[in-house]
Amino acid sequence: MIMTPQDYIAALPLGIVAVTAFLVLLIEAFRDGSVRVTSWLTALGLAAAFFVAMTRVFGAAPGTAFFGMYATGAFPDLMTAVFCVSGILTVLLSSAYLGKEHLVQGEYYAVLLSAVAGMIMMAAAADLVFFFLGLELMSIAFYILAGFARGRLMSNEAGLKYFLLGAFSTGFLLYGIALVYGATGRTAISAIPSHSLALAHSPVFVVGLALVLVGLLFKVAAFPFHMWAPDVYEGAPTTVSGFMATGGKAAAFSGFLLIFSPLALNALPTLSDVISLIAAASMILGNIVAVSQTSIKRMLAYSSIAHAGYILAGVVAGNRMGAEGVIFYLAAYTLMNIGAFGVVSILESGDGTGVTYDECAGLSRRAPVLSGLMAVFMFSLTGIPPFAGFFGKYYVFAGAIGGGYTWLAIIGVLMSVVSASYYLRLVVLMYFKEGTERNSSVSVPAASLAALVIAAIGLLGLGLFPSLLLQLTAWCF
Amino acid sequence: METIILTLILFTPLAGALVIVSLPGGLVRAVKLVGLVASVITFALTVWLFLAFDGRNGEMQFVEKISWIPSLHVSYHLGVDGISLLLVVLTGFLTPIALLSSWDSIAVRVKGFVALMLLLEVGTLGVFMALDLFLFYVFWEFMLIPMYFIIGIWGGQERIYAAVKFFLFTMAGSLLMLVAIIWLGVYASTLQGGTFTTDLMELSRIAPGIPFGIQTWIFLAFTLSFAIKVPLFPLHTWLPDAHVQAPTAGSVILAGVLLKMGTYGLLRFSIPLFPAATFAFLPFIATLAVIGILYGALVAMVQPDLKKLVAYSSVSHLGFVVLGIFALTDEGIQGAIIQMVNHGLSTGALFLLVGMLYDRRHTRLLKDYGGLAKPMPVYATIFMIIMFSSAGLPGLNGFVGEFLILLGSFRSPFLGTPWFAIVAASGVVLAAVYLLRSYQRVFFGKNENPANQSLKDINLREWVVLVPILIFVVWIGVFPQTFMAKTEATTRHLVRQMEDARRGVPRAPSGMPNGMVPTRQSR
Repeated sequence: MIMTPQDYIAALPLGIVAVTAFLVLLIEAFRDGSVRVTSWLTALGLAAAFFVAMTRVFGAAPGTAFFGMYATGAFPDLMTAVFCVSGILTVLLSSAYLGKEHLVQGEYYAVLLSAVAGMIMMAAAADLVFFFLGLELMSIAFYILAGFARGRLMSNEAGLKYFLLGAFSTGFLLYGIALVYGATGRTAISAIPSHSLALAHSPVFVVGLALVLVGLLFKVAAFPFHMWAPDVYEGAPTTVSGFMATGGKAAAFSGFLLIFSPLALNALPTLSDVISLIAAASMILGNIVAVSQTSIKRMLAYSSIAHAGYILAGVVAGNRMGAEGVIFYLAAYTLMNIGAFGVVSILESGDGTGVTYDECAGLSRRAPVLSGLMAVFMFSLTGIPPFAGFFGKYYVFAGAIGGGYTWLAIIGVLMSVVSASYYLRLVVLMYFKEGTERNSSVSVPAASLAALVIAAIGLLGLGLFPSLLLQLTAWCF
Repeated sequence: METIILTLILFTPLAGALVIVSLPGGLVRAVKLVGLVASVITFALTVWLFLAFDGRNGEMQFVEKISWIPSLHVSYHLGVDGISLLLVVLTGFLTPIALLSSWDSIAVRVKGFVALMLLLEVGTLGVFMALDLFLFYVFWEFMLIPMYFIIGIWGGQERIYAAVKFFLFTMAGSLLMLVAIIWLGVYASTLQGGTFTTDLMELSRIAPGIPFGIQTWIFLAFTLSFAIKVPLFPLHTWLPDAHVQAPTAGSVILAGVLLKMGTYGLLRFSIPLFPAATFAFLPFIATLAVIGILYGALVAMVQPDLKKLVAYSSVSHLGFVVLGIFALTDEGIQGAIIQMVNHGLSTGALFLLVGMLYDRRHTRLLKDYGGLAKPMPVYATIFMIIMFSSAGLPGLNGFVGEFLILLGSFRSPFLGTPWFAIVAASGVVLAAVYLLRSYQRVFFGKNENPANQSLKDINLREWVVLVPILIFVVWIGVFPQTFMAKTEATTRHLVRQMEDARRGVPRAPSGMPNGMVPTRQSR
C-alpha cells in the first residue's frame, strides 16, 4: 500500500486548504496582531483551491484515489468550488464583523479552513467511513465557530446546543453506517445502488440507510430534525451562521447526492416517498414559521429549513435533472444566503442582538447600495427571475416533476408565495417606509461590500446565463 | 435591421435604464430626458416594426432564435404575429406618454422611477415577444419587480398594502403556471424521440394531443394565471387597490399594458395549446366574463372616487375582451385585439386626465368637483372625447372593438347561444350611464368650491401627452382597417385551427391519461 503522486494530485484542493489551515495556525501562534495577514492568507488559500478545482471540472472522468477512499472527477471538484466560494465570502465578511463585535480573531480562520477541508472530504468521499471523517471535521469546526463569541450567552447556547444535538445525530449516522456494513460487508459508496436493488427488503440494510438519512437530514436542517437551526443560527456570530447555512448545507447535500443517488433511490421507492414527505414538511414548516419572525436572522434560519425542503425535492426526483438542479441550487443558495447574512452582519450594532425587521425601516435612504444588494438577495431567495434563485427552483422542480413528484412541486411553488410575504416585507420596510433614525448612515466596510457585490453579480450572472454552471454540472453525473 | 429588430426594441429601454442608473442622482433633468429619449426611440422602432409587418402572413415574423440554455433546449426565441404586434406598438406608445405625464408629479427618487419604468417596458415587451415558455415566464415574473416598486414607493396612502397584494396575487397565479410549463416540458421529453422543451412552436404541435383529463389541469393552471392578470371576475380584487394607489404613470401602464398580458396569454397559450380543455371551459369563462362586464359597470357606478371608477370600468371592459376571445370567431378575436388597444388608449387617457386633476386639486372625490367646464374648457372637451371613446360612441375607437366583439359572440358557434352577447350589450349601456353621470358631476352643475374656480386649463406638456392618444382614438374609430389589416391573417389562422380541433375533438379514452403521465425515469 503505497500512495502515489497521483493520489496527492487528486486531493490537491483539499491539500491546499489543509496546508493553509496549518499555516494560519502557525502564523497566529508566533505573531501578534497578525489578523490581517491570516485573513488574507485564508482567502488566498481558498481562492487557490477554487481555481484548481474549477480547472479540473470540465471533461473530468470519475475515478478514485487513496485506495478507493477518495473520489475524483467533476462532482467533488465542483462542490469544492462551491465550498470555497462560501468560505471566501465568509472571510471577506468576517474581518470587519469580528472587529466590530470585539471577538478575538485568533483561531477563527484556521477553524474555518478546517470546516472547508471537512466539506471537501464529504463531497469527495468514495467510502462511508471517509465521508464520516469529513463530516466530523466539519461539524467540530462548526461547534467551535457557533460558540465563538465566548462572552455572549446566546453564542454559548448556540455552540452547546449544536454540539449536543449534533453529536447525537452523528451517532445515528455512524450506527447507520455500521448497519449498512453489517448487511453488505462493504463501506464503498459506489456499492450502495446495487445493494439497494439486492437488499431492498433486508431490514438491517434499510434501517441502516434510514439512520444515515437521519444524520444527513439533521445536517441540512430538514423537518423534523430542524429544531436546532433557529437557535444556532440566531446565536452564532452572523458570518458563521451564513457559512453554516450555505457551506454546511451544501456539504450535507453532496452526501445526499452520493449516498442517496438517483440509482439508489429508484431501487428504494419507499425511502424516496419518505424523503418527499420530509421535503414537503420542511417547505411548509420553514416558510410558515418564518412569516411570524421579527428577527431577520431567525427569519433566515427558518427560511433555510424551507430551502432544505426545495433542495430535497431535487434529491428525491431520482433523476439527472434533479441532481444537477441540486448542485445549481446549492451554488445559488450559497451566494444569496451568505449575501443576506452578510447584510445583517453589517447592520448589526455590535452588541450581538441581531437585527429586527423594524430596524430596517427606511434603510434605502440611509444605505442605498446595501439596500439594493439586500433586495437582490431577497428577490433571489423568493425565486423571482432574472436571479439565480429562480433558476435553481425551476431546475429542482423540473426534476421533481420528471420524477413523478408533481404534487411536491405544487407544494413548493405555493410555499414560495408564502415566502414572498416575509422576504418582501424586508423590501417594503427598506424602500416603502420612512425610518426613525434619519441621520445615522451605515458604514459598509470595503471587504464586506466586495463580498456582497460578488454575490449579487454571481446571482444575476447565473440567472441570466445558467449554462455557465450547467455546462459543469453536466459532467457530474 | 429585419433580423434583429425585436432585440433592438427589447434592449433599447434596457440600455436607457442602465445609462440612467450610471448617472448621478442629482441630474434630475438629464435622467428624465434619457428616459424619454430611450422610450421614444423604442416607440419609433415599434412603428418601423408595424410598417414592415406583413399583415397577409399569419405566421410568426421577425423571428430570432438563439440557443440560451442548451441542456433544457431553452432558446432566446422572439417573434411577433398579428396578436402581439399591436400590443408591442401599444407598449412602445404608452411608455413615453407615461414618462412625460409624470414629468412634474414625480418629485422624489426620480432616477429610480424612470429606470424602473424602462425596466417595466422591457418586461412587458418581452412577454409579448417571447416564443419560448421559459423566456416568457422570466419576463412575466420579472415585470413584477419594477411594478412592485413603482406602486410601493410612489403610490398613494395605501400603497404598501396595494403593492404587496398585487405582488402576491400575481405570483400565486403565475407559479402554478410555472409548474404547468415544466410539466409540458417533461411531457415532451416522454414522447417518442422527444426532449425536454419549452419552445412554443414545438409545444403547439404536442400540447393539443395531451389526454383530456390532464389537459384540463394544465389549461387551468395557465388560465388561472392569466385570469388573475386580466382580471376576470372574481379574481379582480387586487385591481382597484393597485390602480388607485399607483402613481398616474403606473396606472397608465398597469391598465394600458399589464392587463393585456393576461388577455394576450389566453390568446397565445391557453386556447391554441389546449383546445379540448378550452371547449370544455368555454361557457364557464364566457359566463364569468359577462358577470365581470356587468359587475364592473355596476360597481363603477357607485364609486365616489374618480380613479376607482376608472379602475372598475377596466374590469368591465376587459370582460368584453375575454368574451370576444372565447367567442373564437374572426370578428370576436379581431374585436378583442382591437379592444385591447382601445382600452389601453382610452383608460390610459382617463388615468392621465384624472391624474392631471389630482395634480391641481389633490383630491379625486367626485363630490369635491363641479362646474369645471367653465375654468377648464379644453380639458373638459378632451375628457368628453375620451369618455365617449370609452363608452363606445360610433366614430371613436371603442365602438369598433365592442361592436365586433358583440357581433362575434352573437353568432359564435362555440358559445352556441346569442345570450352572452345580449347580456353583455347591456354593459355598454351601463358604461354610458356611469361615465356620463360622473362627467356631469365633475364638469357641469354649480361651481361652489372656490378652489375649483381658479383651476388652470391644460398646459403644453399635457397637450403633448394627450394629443397623440386623441389622434389614435379617432383614427381607430374612423379607419380601423389600418390596424385590423395586420391582425386579420393571424386571427383567421387561429380560428381555423380551433374549428379543425372542434371537428375532430381529440378526447382520449378515460383510462388513458395515467399511461401518459411522465413517470419516474433514471437517466
